[in-house]
Amino acid sequence: MALITPLREAVSSLVQDGDTVALEGFTHLIPHAAGHEIIRQGKKDLTLVRMTPDLIYDQIIGMGCARKLIFSWGGNPGVGSLHRFRDAVEQGWPHKLDIEEHSHAGMANAYVAGASNLPFALLRGYTGSDLPKVNPNIRFVECPFTGEKLAAIPSVRPDVTVIHAQKADRRGNVLLWGILGVQKEAVLAAKRSIITVEEIVDDLEAPTNSCVLPSWAVSAVCHVPGGAYPSYAQGYSERDNKFYKDWDPIARTRDVFQAWMKRHVLDTVDFADFKRVLNDGVNDGAKRETV
Amino acid sequence: MANLESSNLEFSATEIMTVAASRLLQDGTVCFVGIGLPSTAANLARLTHAPDVVLIYESGPIGAKPTVLPLSIGDGDLSLTADTVVSTPEIFRYWLQGGRIDVGFLGAAQIDRFANINTTVIGPYDNPKVRLPGAGGAPEIAAQAKEVFIVLKQNKKAFVEKLPFITSAGFLDGGDAREKAGITGGGPTAVITDLGILTPDPVTRELTLTSIHPGVTVEQVREATGWDVKISPDLKVTEIPDADALAALRDLQARTAKAHGQSTSSEG
Repeated sequence: MALITPLREAVSSLVQDGDTVALEGFTHLIPHAAGHEIIRQGKKDLTLVRMTPDLIYDQIIGMGCARKLIFSWGGNPGVGSLHRFRDAVEQGWPHKLDIEEHSHAGMANAYVAGASNLPFALLRGYTGSDLPKVNPNIRFVECPFTGEKLAAIPSVRPDVTVIHAQKADRRGNVLLWGILGVQKEAVLAAKRSIITVEEIVDDLEAPTNSCVLPSWAVSAVCHVPGGAYPSYAQGYSERDNKFYKDWDPIARTRDVFQAWMKRHVLDTVDFADFKRVLNDGVNDGAKRETV
Repeated sequence: MANLESSNLEFSATEIMTVAASRLLQDGTVCFVGIGLPSTAANLARLTHAPDVVLIYESGPIGAKPTVLPLSIGDGDLSLTADTVVSTPEIFRYWLQGGRIDVGFLGAAQIDRFANINTTVIGPYDNPKVRLPGAGGAPEIAAQAKEVFIVLKQNKKAFVEKLPFITSAGFLDGGDAREKAGITGGGPTAVITDLGILTPDPVTRELTLTSIHPGVTVEQVREATGWDVKISPDLKVTEIPDADALAALRDLQARTAKAHGQSTSSEG
């Protein structure tokens, strides 16, 4: 059964230094609050997994929590580069970051294989691409029936998967909807899982065939309203596209990034406090502009 | 040139690129759409001559009909307007690998003469000069869609003699190299730029300038290409954007800018 617990305790007890951790979300439902908590608690040597590492991974990498990234597309969607990710790969700052790079199809299949308790994923993929030349974990096998050549990559089996969802009930059953990405597969592929939710309700009122993760398949459920911000939760919030644009200059230089992270993450106690400081900053800025 | 002079329409190089790209998409086509320029062109097609085009985004929406252009691949508008939203594994397994995509519509950071695409890295992979976002869905879209359109701006940094990295296969070394490698989809059929349209030679598969936008010279195209670009002996002048298409494009972009709170220039 999932434990309904504060996020701080869930991260503290379920995420260990050196773990392989997937904080998944495909633009929608990205678990930013949980990412901040990982940074606040100073977790180290993590192998991060994610199809689409974006701002929260830029922050975790820039704060030196990760030693490796397994991914298929790393950018600030609609804006441009992840400057902290690039600095780690291009300059080794704050330290060297190993990368294992795939395509989306490869990663999606690797999560499915992980959730299916298979050692590797099989797909038609990577043909003609240089990715297999730089990633020894992309190999090719022969179909035993047709002789056809198919791509094989190891399953993704995280120690911990972290996602954000819309609702949980009081027993810890979780309901999510909208753009689901690989979140269900990522939870079922992992040994442990943390799910932050917008609200905890008496009855999920989930239509038949909805995406429900049963309480017994989840380790911890944490009530963090707005915990995906600046990503969004369909039915609860809109994506704050301006934050994504504003992140670009913050992440461009090491000093500005570190000062921002100290003020907004390290020196705040939780996600609500982060949002309070962020809003204070926005209001201060508005005041300055009007003076 | 006569076209341009006799017309009262004024349009930018990006606008004719977008309109020319959208015209290639026929009504009823099932199109796997990349974010940015491809998404703009595909939605313009949907709003003009191709109302029944089916737009599929890799985040899961099938039959998306966004009211404004998405800033990201997973904007809420995509899922709220879609016929259905499936998981990302399902998109890649059942819909793309399953052979249900007519057109893959891609952008690129760099391209070579055989329409191979780089979105991974500039410089050596292990010691990159510029680390780009990476593959995303492109390698399998480029390989498995029945045909592929590529839209990007033409200049020497983007149109290079040799790619530092092939992220997604076009025609590899040309000729029948793509088929020999076992790639099932038909590959790129058009590269639409702000200067013209290039299509692969039927035999060598080398990109050839087959249409040039009004007001652009062949010399400009040569200058903007990192190899000695082939020019078709039957070079056509791209039809200018009609007033309806331009109005629809500008309206869409104005709606988008309003919805996203500022300019959409980051998309292009």
